[in-house]
Amino acid sequence: MKTGSSDRPVRLKVDHLGKVFGEGEQAVCALQVVNLEIRQSEFVMIVGPSGCGKTTLINIIGGLEQQTSGDVLLDGHMISGAGADRGMVFQGYSLFPWLTVLKNVEFGLKMKGIPAQHRERTARKYIRLVGLEGFENALPKQLSGGMKQRVAIARTLANEPEILLMDEPFGALDAQTRVVMQELLADIRRKTDTTILFITHDIDEAVLLGDRVYVMSRRPGSVREVLEVNLPGERSHNSLVLPEFLEIKKKIMDMLWRESNDAAMGR
Amino acid sequence: MNDTALRQDAAPAAARGKKKKTGKNIQYRLLSLICFVLIIGLWCVASYGHLVQEVFLPSPTAVLSKLFSMAADGTLWAHCSASIARVMIGWIWSVIVALPMGMLMANSKRFCAFIQPIIEFARYLPVVALVPLTLLYLGIEESQKYTIIFLGTFFQLVLMVADTVSNVDINMINAAKTLGANRFQVYKEVIFPAALPGLIDDFRLTIGWAWTYLVVAEMVAASSGLGFMILRSQRYLATDTIFAGLIMIGLIGLVTDWIFRIISRIVAPWQERLSDSR
Repeated sequence: MKTGSSDRPVRLKVDHLGKVFGEGEQAVCALQVVNLEIRQSEFVMIVGPSGCGKTTLINIIGGLEQQTSGDVLLDGHMISGAGADRGMVFQGYSLFPWLTVLKNVEFGLKMKGIPAQHRERTARKYIRLVGLEGFENALPKQLSGGMKQRVAIARTLANEPEILLMDEPFGALDAQTRVVMQELLADIRRKTDTTILFITHDIDEAVLLGDRVYVMSRRPGSVREVLEVNLPGERSHNSLVLPEFLEIKKKIMDMLWRESNDAAMGR
Repeated sequence: MNDTALRQDAAPAAARGKKKKTGKNIQYRLLSLICFVLIIGLWCVASYGHLVQEVFLPSPTAVLSKLFSMAADGTLWAHCSASIARVMIGWIWSVIVALPMGMLMANSKRFCAFIQPIIEFARYLPVVALVPLTLLYLGIEESQKYTIIFLGTFFQLVLMVADTVSNVDINMINAAKTLGANRFQVYKEVIFPAALPGLIDDFRLTIGWAWTYLVVAEMVAASSGLGFMILRSQRYLATDTIFAGLIMIGLIGLVTDWIFRIISRIVAPWQERLSDSR
């Protein structure tokens, strides 16, 4: 973690969050007392076994689902519903197929009522940031998966959200493209100082990108452990073989292994 | 960054796709043509070879000359235009009412609960069974024909619209919400454009059914239209006129379908079609 990040103000606070699906006998507890804090410009990862409620958690923070108990506070204010202050990037890209790359990236600005000229300038800036200049007028169907996700990231960033929520954004990409995208994101983060909450089940991804990693337990999901990630030098694919990297990776693997082992033994 | 790799990847892929498509297109058209030629060939053999009596199966030349003579004296156009007008008016009314209702059904559980059972009920009533009532209420006016076509298409169309709209990808709607779109904007900027190609397809299918019900309407109490023309010809054993009428209905249907496909391609060129990758 960068020195002094603990002095920075807390942007997002998740306080005793719980979520139960269904009612009565059919009720399933998806999240149980989740607490987490994200400070200004922090890159926080949540890693956990599949079905631990990671997506439910990020959907509640994004305002797409309603929690059963607890609060989500952004800059001290309780969130209500979805809003442009919490930008989301989904695994399935969710681009608007009838809009060109440029118009997709402009979408949020258009919703805000920003004039066309200004909109285009901002959109072009973020298209450049994700390395897609020259594709402004392409339609999503002409792009590869990695390129689509670049558009989705630019679209969310162009809206200048307070926090960027990413739900396994690279989960559908092949291994090589994923590494390229991870480096791109690390680069964007350096350039824009965005606060990011990122969900993944990929331990390498969590350690490579995160300043801090929250490890979640299996259902009902709760935070099992919080690990600080201190890696020397700039994060890149070279970080994947650093002894510091491997040490943290092993810790997380052990935790997740115990989780799944407990699950298999029915404990 | 692998920008150059990106570019190299994308450009030729697009060009390749285009070339392949035109080749496939010619093949597709050729095959459709062969089917028509085959059927007309069989018809020729059956009638010129005197395998079937003239009164049951008129010869292609007899049907063609009938079409020409009716076109010349104006009756063909009179019947066609009467039918087309009825189909269009009845069907457009059905679209005007079904579109907002279907969209509301897809987005309001309460409205859906209120309206769906009655629509499902009405959908199964055969339109032919409603003809006596329409005659009783509306007489043999034009409005009776529009009503028959409306009844035949409306109940189906509402459900199709509701289905198409509720099938819009929820992730796309969620993305729009997190980008700051309000309820109205989600409707206008996401749900409607996303559903549009599906809606055009629904319209294309129901206008086809409208032609079916048109003939029902015209067979009962009409003095013009292709349905009427066919029914009257039966009385005089004028099979050539019957065939001429059938061919006209088929041709109008073919043209209508073709117009809808063109509209769909103009309005939604962004769509990923199965035929693109065939």
